[in-house]
Amino acid sequence: MCTIGKTPEDCAVACWRPAELGKARSAHELGRELLTGLPGDAINIGFEAVDRHVEQGHGDQVALVWLSKTDERKAISYRELAEMSSRFANLLHTHGLTKGARVFVAMGRRPELYAAALGTLKAGMVFTPLFAAFGPEPIRTRMEIGDANVLVTTKSLYKRKIAAWRDEVPSLQLVLIVGDDAPEGCVALGPALEDASPDFQAVRTQPEDPALIHFTSGTTGKPKGAVHVHEAVLYHAMSGRDALELQPGVTYWCTADPGWVTGTTYGIISPLVNRVTMIIDEAEFNLDRWYGILQQERVAIWYSAPTAIRMMMRAGKEATEGFDFSALQFLASVGEPLNPEAVIWSHEVFGLPFHDNWWQTETGGIMIANTRAQDIKPGSMGKPMPGIQAGIVEKDNGGLRELGDGEIGELALRPGWPSMMRTYLHEQARYDKCFQDGWYLSGDLAMRDADGYFWFVGRADDLIKSSGHLIGPFEVESALIEHDSVAEAAAIGIPDETAGEVVKAYVTLNPGQTPSDALERDIRGLARKRLGAAVAPREIVFRETLPKTRSGKIMRRLLKARELGLPEGDISTLEVDEK
Amino acid sequence: MNDSEIRDIVLSEIHKVAPDIDPADVSDDDHLQDDLELDSMDILSLVTALHERLGISIPEAEYPEIDTPAKAVRYLAGKITG
Repeated sequence: MCTIGKTPEDCAVACWRPAELGKARSAHELGRELLTGLPGDAINIGFEAVDRHVEQGHGDQVALVWLSKTDERKAISYRELAEMSSRFANLLHTHGLTKGARVFVAMGRRPELYAAALGTLKAGMVFTPLFAAFGPEPIRTRMEIGDANVLVTTKSLYKRKIAAWRDEVPSLQLVLIVGDDAPEGCVALGPALEDASPDFQAVRTQPEDPALIHFTSGTTGKPKGAVHVHEAVLYHAMSGRDALELQPGVTYWCTADPGWVTGTTYGIISPLVNRVTMIIDEAEFNLDRWYGILQQERVAIWYSAPTAIRMMMRAGKEATEGFDFSALQFLASVGEPLNPEAVIWSHEVFGLPFHDNWWQTETGGIMIANTRAQDIKPGSMGKPMPGIQAGIVEKDNGGLRELGDGEIGELALRPGWPSMMRTYLHEQARYDKCFQDGWYLSGDLAMRDADGYFWFVGRADDLIKSSGHLIGPFEVESALIEHDSVAEAAAIGIPDETAGEVVKAYVTLNPGQTPSDALERDIRGLARKRLGAAVAPREIVFRETLPKTRSGKIMRRLLKARELGLPEGDISTLEVDEK
Repeated sequence: MNDSEIRDIVLSEIHKVAPDIDPADVSDDDHLQDDLELDSMDILSLVTALHERLGISIPEAEYPEIDTPAKAVRYLAGKITG
């Protein structure tokens, strides 16, 4: 395997220079240096991201450059963003909402989303982003689990996905609709913001006050709401600087949607805390548009995802011809493991390799990374970040045993970093299960090599990773069995060269129903309506029976092994086989 | 093959990729991603299906040329006659 060596220049300019590392310092210490804080040991993410920069004389710096779908370009300064978010915070107070209230946002990448996120945090309330392309079911489930008090969305999304059940979420008090008019029972955000005062003092939240709830999928049961606190900003600041090279004034583009944790942590909070100028593109992936943005906006730091990178590869090097990428300084990727070919390809085409890194919703920030000053072994996720201790462990006699280099086991972290989740909402037992013998267990299988680089091997459970999104099979199966013809369903991830994995479902039918192409489409159509395209299966196959254990549990693992032509492993608990 | 036949093929392949979309509800100027909510993986599936059905391969850089049914018909008709 080749290694991409770093030049002395890379090592000299990198934010984090491991070679010069003296005494090991904690993530708390490193993060604190980058922040201002509020009196009384208070800390507020929204204040750190915008207000303090204005107080410190940087109000005129551009915070966001928003590129609309219709090619409008709007630059918003830190002062303007501070005012917009203050108006939003005041608006929440006007409606009687108080510290700790839960504010959900489901909308595309528009400036109002950023004002809402930051205003919520400044107001001491709790922000939850939802992926706007989710179908009504995932949106409703998450709002119910999260006891949503406020929803910010667009008129179109509201009518199509929310209006029908809105009154059935008892906690929901206020629905804000982007634009100048709103359906009945909702408030138009445009005029409401205009009426609100642009002055607001950020609430003096304490380090352990909840700030963010990010939902993630479970193998069984409902999605889990991972709760993060205001202290997480220490790690957002530090990891943005040391893993992504975010420094004041640089132009940075994170292509992730804020509906997912990457798009919030590294698409809103970390870059603004580090006072960069962020590019926000409202449109979906489009090759020429993306290359054009890199050129026209002189993007220096680019954080993207394997699915998009592989789409660029499909188009080939010739699609990049005629574009000027000379402003680029550092490229990073997250979401799922980046294949070695993609790292090497980007090095050839952009003159810079994509730096893969690894983290999860639960970790709240990048834990293991390929960084600027470190040689890259393509295909590896890199080495643990400063202040982070990672290991490979195996369950052994009821305890955990740490494995040596070259051995495959579960990737685990020593708890205690600032952005670690503090609980799963209403599910303390599920949270407690993530920890054992002083380790946080990630659920990912990995290996560490003799040089200390970590390599992803697979998931330890049945979760599906598609286009960087973690999909719970249970959520998919629940939607499938809502179809009148479907008796049982099992969802697995099958390899896909672009998306990493795509969802495939196996279903059995109720008596009297006959498999057909039309029925397959009907079931898939219902799943897409309920779940949205990103979560619904891309393929459904019919079976007479599904493989089950004696206790009646469907053995997804067995379906997957058969799909991939892998050994079937231990099938001693198999009671009914697939037919 | 005339434009109406190409249109029927485009709509039927969209329906196969995204069966939640009823071809009768689709307007010629609906944007596949913004209005019909196809995601980028759906677009790839559609491109593959159109290739299998019509023998026309659509390079990545030309995906914007098929982002509405009307544009797709124009683009494919051009390829068939050209």
